[in-house]
Amino acid sequence: MGHFTEEDKATITSLWGKVNVEDAGGETLGRLLVVYPWTQRFFDSFGNLSSASAVMGNPKVKAHGKKVLTSLGDAIKNLDDLKGTFAQLSELHCDKLHVDPENFRLLGNVLVTVLAIHFGKEFTPEVQASWQKMVAGVASALSSRYH
Amino acid sequence: MSLTKTERTIIVSMWAKISTQADTIGTETLERLFLSYPQTKTYFPHFDLHPGSAQLRAHGSKVVAAVGDAAKNIDNIGAALTKLSELHAYVLRVDPVNFKLLSHCLLVTLAARFPADFTAEAHAAWDKFLSVVSSVLTEKYR
Repeated sequence: MGHFTEEDKATITSLWGKVNVEDAGGETLGRLLVVYPWTQRFFDSFGNLSSASAVMGNPKVKAHGKKVLTSLGDAIKNLDDLKGTFAQLSELHCDKLHVDPENFRLLGNVLVTVLAIHFGKEFTPEVQASWQKMVAGVASALSSRYH
Repeated sequence: MSLTKTERTIIVSMWAKISTQADTIGTETLERLFLSYPQTKTYFPHFDLHPGSAQLRAHGSKVVAAVGDAAKNIDNIGAALTKLSELHAYVLRVDPVNFKLLSHCLLVTLAARFPADFTAEAHAAWDKFLSVVSSVLTEKYR
Protein backbone atom coordinates (compact mmCIF):
# COMPACT_ATOMS: atom_id res chain seq x y z
CA MET A 1 0.00 0.00 0.00
CA GLY A 2 1.18 3.51 -0.85
CA HIS A 3 2.63 5.93 1.66
CA PHE A 4 0.97 9.32 2.11
CA THR A 5 3.31 12.28 2.37
CA GLU A 6 2.29 15.25 4.51
CA GLU A 7 1.55 17.03 1.25
CA ASP A 8 -0.74 14.21 0.09
CA LYS A 9 -2.64 14.35 3.37
CA ALA A 10 -3.02 18.13 3.21
CA THR A 11 -4.19 17.97 -0.42
CA ILE A 12 -6.70 15.23 0.24
CA THR A 13 -8.07 16.76 3.43
CA SER A 14 -8.45 20.27 2.09
CA LEU A 15 -10.25 19.16 -1.08
CA TRP A 16 -12.53 16.84 0.87
CA GLY A 17 -13.52 19.74 3.10
CA LYS A 18 -15.14 21.38 0.10
CA VAL A 19 -17.06 18.31 -1.07
CA ASN A 20 -20.81 17.95 -0.52
CA VAL A 21 -20.82 14.29 0.46
CA GLU A 22 -24.49 13.77 -0.31
CA ASP A 23 -24.29 15.16 -3.86
CA ALA A 24 -20.92 13.61 -4.63
CA GLY A 25 -22.06 10.26 -3.26
CA GLY A 26 -25.08 10.04 -5.49
CA GLU A 27 -23.08 11.27 -8.46
CA THR A 28 -20.28 8.76 -7.89
CA LEU A 29 -22.38 5.67 -7.30
CA GLY A 30 -24.76 6.68 -10.07
CA ARG A 31 -21.98 7.07 -12.59
CA LEU A 32 -20.50 3.70 -11.57
CA LEU A 33 -23.83 2.05 -12.40
CA VAL A 34 -24.15 3.95 -15.70
CA VAL A 35 -20.58 3.71 -16.98
CA TYR A 36 -20.10 0.09 -15.85
CA PRO A 37 -23.63 -1.34 -16.01
CA TRP A 38 -22.57 -4.80 -14.84
CA THR A 39 -22.04 -3.28 -11.40
CA GLN A 40 -25.83 -3.09 -11.16
CA ARG A 41 -25.66 -6.77 -10.25
CA PHE A 42 -25.31 -5.77 -6.59
CA PHE A 43 -28.36 -3.56 -6.54
CA ASP A 44 -31.38 -5.61 -7.65
CA SER A 45 -33.43 -4.10 -4.85
CA PHE A 46 -32.82 -0.50 -5.96
CA GLY A 47 -35.72 -0.29 -8.41
CA ASN A 48 -35.48 1.59 -11.70
CA LEU A 49 -31.95 1.58 -13.14
CA SER A 50 -33.06 1.34 -16.74
CA SER A 51 -31.51 4.54 -18.10
CA ALA A 52 -28.83 7.06 -17.17
CA SER A 53 -31.44 9.53 -15.96
CA ALA A 54 -33.29 6.83 -14.00
CA VAL A 55 -30.07 5.85 -12.25
CA MET A 56 -28.91 9.38 -11.50
CA GLY A 57 -32.32 10.32 -10.12
CA ASN A 58 -32.88 7.12 -8.14
CA PRO A 59 -33.26 7.97 -4.42
CA LYS A 60 -31.82 4.63 -3.28
CA VAL A 61 -28.72 5.24 -5.38
CA LYS A 62 -28.31 8.68 -3.83
CA ALA A 63 -28.77 7.36 -0.30
CA HIS A 64 -26.35 4.52 -0.75
CA GLY A 65 -23.82 6.74 -2.49
CA LYS A 66 -23.92 9.06 0.50
CA LYS A 67 -23.28 6.11 2.82
CA VAL A 68 -20.26 5.00 0.82
CA LEU A 69 -18.67 8.44 0.63
CA THR A 70 -19.34 9.12 4.31
CA SER A 71 -17.29 6.02 5.05
CA LEU A 72 -14.57 7.34 2.77
CA GLY A 73 -14.62 10.58 4.70
CA ASP A 74 -13.92 8.62 7.88
CA ALA A 75 -10.94 7.01 6.17
CA ILE A 76 -9.53 10.42 5.29
CA LYS A 77 -9.17 11.11 9.00
CA ASN A 78 -7.10 7.92 9.34
CA LEU A 79 -4.89 7.86 6.29
CA ASP A 80 -2.06 6.20 8.19
CA ASP A 81 -4.19 3.22 9.11
CA LEU A 82 -6.57 2.48 6.26
CA LYS A 83 -6.28 -1.26 6.86
CA GLY A 84 -7.42 -0.91 10.45
CA THR A 85 -10.16 1.54 9.54
CA PHE A 86 -11.62 -0.76 6.90
CA ALA A 87 -11.02 -4.16 8.52
CA GLN A 88 -14.66 -4.81 9.37
CA LEU A 89 -15.98 -3.38 6.12
CA SER A 90 -13.52 -5.60 4.29
CA GLU A 91 -14.92 -8.70 5.94
CA LEU A 92 -18.44 -7.50 5.19
CA HIS A 93 -17.69 -6.95 1.50
CA CYS A 94 -16.14 -10.42 1.25
CA ASP A 95 -18.36 -12.59 3.42
CA LYS A 96 -21.76 -10.95 3.15
CA LEU A 97 -21.77 -8.72 0.09
CA HIS A 98 -19.53 -10.89 -2.14
CA VAL A 99 -18.14 -7.90 -4.01
CA ASP A 100 -15.23 -8.45 -6.40
CA PRO A 101 -12.49 -6.01 -5.28
CA GLU A 102 -12.14 -4.86 -8.88
CA ASN A 103 -15.28 -2.84 -8.16
CA PHE A 104 -13.40 -0.80 -5.55
CA ARG A 105 -10.92 0.22 -8.22
CA LEU A 106 -13.71 1.20 -10.60
CA LEU A 107 -15.54 3.23 -7.93
CA GLY A 108 -12.33 4.98 -6.93
CA ASN A 109 -11.68 6.12 -10.48
CA VAL A 110 -15.27 7.29 -10.89
CA LEU A 111 -14.86 9.35 -7.71
CA VAL A 112 -11.67 10.90 -9.11
CA THR A 113 -13.60 11.82 -12.27
CA VAL A 114 -16.44 13.36 -10.25
CA LEU A 115 -13.90 15.44 -8.30
CA ALA A 116 -12.41 16.61 -11.61
CA ILE A 117 -15.84 17.71 -12.85
CA HIS A 118 -16.52 19.53 -9.62
CA PHE A 119 -13.17 21.22 -9.10
CA GLY A 120 -12.02 21.74 -12.70
CA LYS A 121 -8.69 23.53 -12.92
CA GLU A 122 -8.14 23.13 -9.18
CA PHE A 123 -7.98 19.37 -9.75
CA THR A 124 -4.44 19.61 -11.07
CA PRO A 125 -2.31 16.60 -12.05
CA GLU A 126 -0.63 16.87 -8.62
CA VAL A 127 -3.94 16.86 -6.77
CA GLN A 128 -5.13 13.93 -8.86
CA ALA A 129 -1.97 11.98 -8.00
CA SER A 130 -2.67 12.34 -4.25
CA TRP A 131 -6.24 11.22 -4.78
CA GLN A 132 -5.23 8.22 -6.89
CA LYS A 133 -3.07 7.16 -3.93
CA MET A 134 -6.08 7.67 -1.69
CA VAL A 135 -8.49 5.54 -3.71
CA ALA A 136 -5.85 2.88 -4.30
CA GLY A 137 -5.23 2.74 -0.56
CA VAL A 138 -8.94 2.39 0.17
CA ALA A 139 -9.35 -0.34 -2.46
CA SER A 140 -6.40 -2.20 -1.02
CA ALA A 141 -7.67 -1.88 2.58
CA LEU A 142 -11.15 -3.03 1.59
CA SER A 143 -9.75 -6.16 -0.01
CA SER A 144 -7.22 -6.91 2.73
CA ARG A 145 -9.48 -9.28 4.67
CA TYR A 146 -10.66 -11.27 1.67
CA HIS A 147 -10.15 -14.99 1.87
CA MET B 1 -18.25 -4.19 -28.04
CA SER B 2 -19.47 -1.58 -30.51
CA LEU B 3 -20.69 1.97 -30.09
CA THR B 4 -24.38 2.81 -30.39
CA LYS B 5 -25.59 5.66 -32.59
CA THR B 6 -26.19 7.82 -29.53
CA GLU B 7 -22.71 7.17 -28.21
CA ARG B 8 -21.15 8.05 -31.57
CA THR B 9 -23.10 11.31 -31.68
CA ILE B 10 -21.89 12.23 -28.20
CA ILE B 11 -18.24 11.52 -29.07
CA VAL B 12 -18.31 13.36 -32.38
CA SER B 13 -19.99 16.46 -30.99
CA MET B 14 -17.67 16.63 -28.00
CA TRP B 15 -14.69 16.11 -30.26
CA ALA B 16 -15.60 19.29 -32.10
CA LYS B 17 -15.15 21.19 -28.82
CA ILE B 18 -12.07 19.25 -27.75
CA SER B 19 -10.17 19.74 -30.98
CA THR B 20 -9.80 23.46 -30.26
CA GLN B 21 -7.73 22.59 -27.16
CA ALA B 22 -6.22 19.38 -28.49
CA ASP B 23 -2.57 20.13 -27.80
CA THR B 24 -2.96 21.29 -24.22
CA ILE B 25 -5.34 18.42 -23.51
CA GLY B 26 -2.69 15.99 -24.73
CA THR B 27 0.03 17.53 -22.59
CA GLU B 28 -2.18 17.61 -19.50
CA THR B 29 -3.23 13.98 -20.02
CA LEU B 30 0.39 12.85 -20.10
CA GLU B 31 1.27 14.96 -17.04
CA ARG B 32 -1.56 13.29 -15.15
CA LEU B 33 -0.42 9.87 -16.31
CA PHE B 34 3.20 10.29 -15.24
CA LEU B 35 2.32 11.81 -11.86
CA SER B 36 -0.42 9.36 -10.88
CA TYR B 37 1.21 6.29 -12.40
CA PRO B 38 4.98 6.84 -12.27
CA GLN B 39 5.65 3.35 -13.64
CA THR B 40 4.42 4.58 -17.04
CA LYS B 41 7.54 6.73 -17.29
CA THR B 42 9.50 3.53 -17.95
CA TYR B 43 8.34 3.76 -21.56
CA PHE B 44 9.99 7.16 -21.96
CA PRO B 45 13.59 6.96 -20.76
CA HIS B 46 14.57 9.00 -23.80
CA PHE B 47 12.22 11.89 -22.99
CA ASP B 48 12.54 15.03 -20.93
CA LEU B 49 9.37 14.64 -18.88
CA HIS B 50 9.43 17.92 -17.00
CA PRO B 51 6.18 19.90 -17.29
CA GLY B 52 6.53 22.26 -20.24
CA SER B 53 9.02 20.09 -22.09
CA ALA B 54 8.78 20.29 -25.87
CA GLN B 55 8.86 16.51 -26.15
CA LEU B 56 5.92 16.19 -23.76
CA ARG B 57 3.92 18.71 -25.77
CA ALA B 58 4.74 17.05 -29.08
CA HIS B 59 3.86 13.62 -27.79
CA GLY B 60 0.66 14.80 -26.15
CA SER B 61 -0.43 16.29 -29.47
CA LYS B 62 0.27 13.01 -31.22
CA VAL B 63 -1.81 11.04 -28.74
CA VAL B 64 -4.81 13.35 -28.92
CA ALA B 65 -4.57 13.56 -32.72
CA ALA B 66 -4.86 9.79 -32.84
CA VAL B 67 -7.94 9.90 -30.60
CA GLY B 68 -9.28 12.51 -33.00
CA ASP B 69 -8.67 10.21 -35.97
CA ALA B 70 -10.68 7.55 -34.20
CA ALA B 71 -13.48 10.05 -33.51
CA LYS B 72 -13.50 11.28 -37.10
CA ASN B 73 -13.69 7.69 -38.35
CA ILE B 74 -15.92 6.43 -35.60
CA ASP B 75 -17.72 4.00 -37.89
CA ASN B 76 -14.49 2.18 -38.62
CA ILE B 77 -11.91 2.79 -35.94
CA GLY B 78 -10.06 -0.40 -36.84
CA ALA B 79 -9.29 0.84 -40.33
CA ALA B 80 -8.34 4.32 -39.16
CA LEU B 81 -5.81 3.05 -36.59
CA THR B 82 -4.28 0.09 -38.47
CA LYS B 83 -0.79 1.59 -38.62
CA LEU B 84 -0.88 2.61 -34.96
CA SER B 85 -2.10 -0.85 -34.03
CA GLU B 86 0.89 -2.40 -35.79
CA LEU B 87 3.25 0.10 -34.21
CA HIS B 88 2.05 -0.78 -30.71
CA ALA B 89 2.15 -4.54 -31.36
CA TYR B 90 5.53 -4.86 -33.03
CA VAL B 91 7.56 -1.85 -31.95
CA LEU B 92 6.25 -0.12 -28.84
CA ARG B 93 4.80 -3.19 -27.10
CA VAL B 94 3.27 -1.13 -24.30
CA ASP B 95 1.72 -3.51 -21.78
CA PRO B 96 -2.06 -3.49 -22.32
CA VAL B 97 -2.77 -2.43 -18.74
CA ASN B 98 -1.42 1.02 -19.57
CA PHE B 99 -4.17 1.80 -22.06
CA LYS B 100 -6.65 1.84 -19.17
CA LEU B 101 -4.41 4.21 -17.23
CA LEU B 102 -4.00 6.63 -20.15
CA SER B 103 -7.73 6.46 -20.95
CA HIS B 104 -8.57 7.32 -17.35
CA CYS B 105 -6.22 10.31 -17.39
CA LEU B 106 -7.71 11.57 -20.64
CA LEU B 107 -11.21 11.22 -19.17
CA VAL B 108 -10.17 13.16 -16.07
CA THR B 109 -8.68 15.90 -18.28
CA LEU B 110 -11.90 16.15 -20.29
CA ALA B 111 -14.03 16.11 -17.14
CA ALA B 112 -12.03 18.96 -15.62
CA ARG B 113 -12.17 21.09 -18.79
CA PHE B 114 -15.73 20.34 -19.95
CA PRO B 115 -17.69 19.72 -16.74
CA ALA B 116 -21.05 20.75 -18.17
CA ASP B 117 -20.68 18.40 -21.14
CA PHE B 118 -19.40 15.49 -19.10
CA THR B 119 -22.77 14.09 -18.06
CA ALA B 120 -23.10 10.50 -16.87
CA GLU B 121 -24.12 9.55 -20.40
CA ALA B 122 -21.13 11.31 -21.94
CA HIS B 123 -18.84 9.75 -19.33
CA ALA B 124 -20.12 6.31 -20.30
CA ALA B 125 -19.75 7.02 -24.02
CA TRP B 126 -16.16 8.24 -23.66
CA ASP B 127 -15.13 5.38 -21.40
CA LYS B 128 -16.52 2.94 -23.95
CA PHE B 129 -15.01 4.78 -26.93
CA LEU B 130 -11.54 4.81 -25.38
CA SER B 131 -11.98 1.16 -24.52
CA VAL B 132 -12.68 0.41 -28.18
CA VAL B 133 -9.63 2.45 -29.23
CA SER B 134 -7.50 0.51 -26.72
CA SER B 135 -8.80 -2.80 -28.08
CA VAL B 136 -7.89 -1.79 -31.61
CA LEU B 137 -4.40 -0.81 -30.52
CA THR B 138 -3.79 -4.13 -28.77
CA GLU B 139 -5.57 -6.46 -31.18
CA LYS B 140 -2.38 -7.53 -32.98
CA TYR B 141 -0.36 -8.15 -29.82
CA ARG B 142 -0.55 -11.92 -30.18
